[in-house]
Amino acid sequence: MTGGAVTGPRFRRDGAWVGASVPRREDPRLLAGRGRFVDDITLPGMLHAQFVRSTVAHGWIRAVDLDEVRAVPGVVAAFSAADLALGDITALLDRPPHEFVPTSMPVLARDKVRFVGEPVAIVIARDPYAAEDGVEAAVVEYEELEPVVGDTAALADGAPLVHAEAPRNTLVDVSLFATEGIDEVFAEAPCVVRVRSKTGRQNALPLETRGVVASWDDRDEQLHVKTNTQIPHQVRTVLARCAGLDEKQVRVTVPDMGGGFGQKCVVGREEIAAAAAALRLRRPVKWIEDRRDALTAAFLAREQRYDVRAAFDADGRILALDADVVCDMGAYSCYPFTAGIEPLMASAEMPSVYRVPAYRVRGRAVTTNKAPTGPYRGVSRPQYVMVVERLMERAARELGLDPVEIRRRNVITVFPYTGVNGITYDPGSYRESLELCERVLREEGWYDLRDTGRVIGIGYACFSERTGYGSGAFAQRRMQVVPGFDISEIRMDVSGTVSVTTGTMSHGQSHETTMAQLVADRLGLDIAQVKVVQGDTDRITYGFGSFASRSITIGGSAVAAAAEKLGAQLKEIAAHLMEVDVDACELDGDGGVRLRDDPDRRLSFAELADVAYLRAHLLPKGVGPGLSATASFDVPGDGTFSNATHGVVVELDPGTGGVEILRYVCVEDCGVAINPKVVDGQCRGGIAQGIAGALFEQVTYDAAGQPLAPSLMEYKVPTASEIPDIAIHHLETPCAFTANGAKGAGEGGTIGAPAAVLNAVNDALRDTGVELDDTPIAREAVFRALEAHRG
Amino acid sequence: MAEIQLIELTVNGERHDLAVEPRRTLADVLRHDLGLTGTHVGCEHGICGACTVLVDGAPVRACLVFAAQVEDADIRTVESLAAPDGTLSDLQQEFSAHHGLQCGFCTPGFLMLAEGFLAERPDATKEEIREVVASNLCRCTGYQTIVEAVDACAARRRNA
Repeated sequence: MTGGAVTGPRFRRDGAWVGASVPRREDPRLLAGRGRFVDDITLPGMLHAQFVRSTVAHGWIRAVDLDEVRAVPGVVAAFSAADLALGDITALLDRPPHEFVPTSMPVLARDKVRFVGEPVAIVIARDPYAAEDGVEAAVVEYEELEPVVGDTAALADGAPLVHAEAPRNTLVDVSLFATEGIDEVFAEAPCVVRVRSKTGRQNALPLETRGVVASWDDRDEQLHVKTNTQIPHQVRTVLARCAGLDEKQVRVTVPDMGGGFGQKCVVGREEIAAAAAALRLRRPVKWIEDRRDALTAAFLAREQRYDVRAAFDADGRILALDADVVCDMGAYSCYPFTAGIEPLMASAEMPSVYRVPAYRVRGRAVTTNKAPTGPYRGVSRPQYVMVVERLMERAARELGLDPVEIRRRNVITVFPYTGVNGITYDPGSYRESLELCERVLREEGWYDLRDTGRVIGIGYACFSERTGYGSGAFAQRRMQVVPGFDISEIRMDVSGTVSVTTGTMSHGQSHETTMAQLVADRLGLDIAQVKVVQGDTDRITYGFGSFASRSITIGGSAVAAAAEKLGAQLKEIAAHLMEVDVDACELDGDGGVRLRDDPDRRLSFAELADVAYLRAHLLPKGVGPGLSATASFDVPGDGTFSNATHGVVVELDPGTGGVEILRYVCVEDCGVAINPKVVDGQCRGGIAQGIAGALFEQVTYDAAGQPLAPSLMEYKVPTASEIPDIAIHHLETPCAFTANGAKGAGEGGTIGAPAAVLNAVNDALRDTGVELDDTPIAREAVFRALEAHRG
Repeated sequence: MAEIQLIELTVNGERHDLAVEPRRTLADVLRHDLGLTGTHVGCEHGICGACTVLVDGAPVRACLVFAAQVEDADIRTVESLAAPDGTLSDLQQEFSAHHGLQCGFCTPGFLMLAEGFLAERPDATKEEIREVVASNLCRCTGYQTIVEAVDACAARRRNA
């Protein structure tokens, strides 16, 4: 009963690539140890960089002395901010000053340090060991300032300012919605519940840390930066600006990438500094982040405080939602998203899957002396979904309703539905997923086990997730960089095989396989004849990379559209050569074009490509030589929503306060799955990260702002002993406007897990009178609740 | 500059003579001196297991061992698993069949961990396999498919 089986429709459509669990094309090289990750790259004459980092959380830099560093054997150079004189990294929102305070992140700290681990100088040496030796020889004098180490301290009267330009340490303060009369609704409602929740700071923790190999090429007149980024074009833009280069003088390519989960979706200062050093020295420079730096100085996420009230009528129908959200964004605003990323996401989407008639929200981003934050899988949605799902279960308890029943009375069932937040939700299976998830747990007998005296609880999370934000959605958030569309270019070569570009950037999500599946179906080719090109700013017109579950919805749709254009070209040439009308031709599904009424008459793609390139005089009038097409895709309207319900059974250990997950069921709907096995992988891996946030992982600091989890001994990443098998059941509500009806699948697992686990723990505590609303769930709090109840 | 030591290593059946600093880890020697970049470094403090290799058949964290410590040992890395013509081993095939890898960064460590364990315990149960899989970290898969892949490989070897 604890198996991790997959049930539901398997989407296989006969003869089609899309819908089949095609073996991943990435696998053979990665399994053989023949992948090429950034640290696998070695260039002739390559040097190695490490960073002198701040040892204090907040202070003025009074002196940076690198003379002794330069004397260390093996050290070639050392640069401070003054030596490199680079422009700052600045991310902006188009919002008035009372809503958004622009701040800049210098590549190397100039006058002030704002967190422990902030890069102050870069040391370049002949090997990485000597670079570390050099770092140890640096002498930096600080005049320490009082650190700001939490959101409450940041907002307190007279708090020290992390950035002088940001009063009350507030970078973002927006009130996006305030339904008129909402206070009267609360005053008159028969049931008002409140959840105050604090969620722990987390590290996305890709197993491969960040890294870069940068080299200046005289022949190309280019700084070539090989780096493991989710957003190569944005790295190019920022590097060009910081270093004073034209964008044509910068090429960013991305090798195999060992995960990202959002942490590699922002432009890091270290990659800019290493590239600038390579430019200065005219020698290749490699920087590989060590784990300690990755844990203390890389982009973090998720530390939020919610104070949310919900009003319900006597039947359990929600009447209003009133939310105050404060996000501790750390020391700097990340590029391109800004410090608004978390509060804006929470503010825009919080009504979730429910018909909420009245809504008010204030979202704030405060700056503190902690490592800065960036996006992390799900961005705010794991948190606000948890809060909203807690409100549902709390109201159910107050009103004596079943927790599934109260959701059933509130979920959106008629689509398209336009919410109080102005968002129009496309069709999904909200109620169906909820009912199926509950039925599975009931049929498996878990509700019976709940009444046997063991400390067992059952919890749910019902949620949706906007996948593939288009230009319109991001424009509403008033980002100055609006990452909505994708462009794809497809080329057929002389042999009749195809290469297709995508502006998305796979880092574990299998795009080399899934994008090829989309093309193969549209042209009638084997995927072996389709090459997917990604991660090269010289070969790809423009792209916004992979994040926010955008790759298949947006990138995939662009790839599919380009393939369809190429198919039309092939038919046009074939029709001319076979002397028929183009409407009489069709792709034959086997690498050729045939006559619809006489299928034996066909021309293979190789024959057509031969004409297009080598015998262009045979082409129809007005058709130029070559075979290529470009297409772009942007998301119409408010986008498309995947949805799911997660159901979790936990057992608590009264002796230790430990939480064991006995059963995890995920009923998910991401529209049509291009490759079902890949979708299952995204679900399971996402859920594992969500469980990690619910039960294990937290970045903490002491009162001086010193990080308390600088190694994996303290930052507890769950292993196979803690993550259960996960059963997945698929529902399928196709998207009306994406290629094949696919919706995004990258983040849902992570979004649902904290809510479901926390609700299950609270259900198990139902007799104790204690309710827990914070994550990670403190073992001690569970222990004390059970102990007090025993008496 | 620190002193240099001459050492002799046997990796995947091939002998190498090397001049290295005594502080140079086995992981760095494999990756950067011998060009065997299949072994990955994820934490450099022995927790994540991405750098797991076999030393005399036993799984070892290559980041915690100095190259000079394993001079007389038989060292095996992920590059030894596939046949010379590139055909993947049964274990590698099962990882692919079960979608036991996504980004692939942790994968060589899990492969060598499983290779060493199954050689020692061919009759291991799925629960025992899960316990061993818990030695290493994966951030992508949620582990279930890694356990299933190793279990399937064990069954395949028992039935061979």
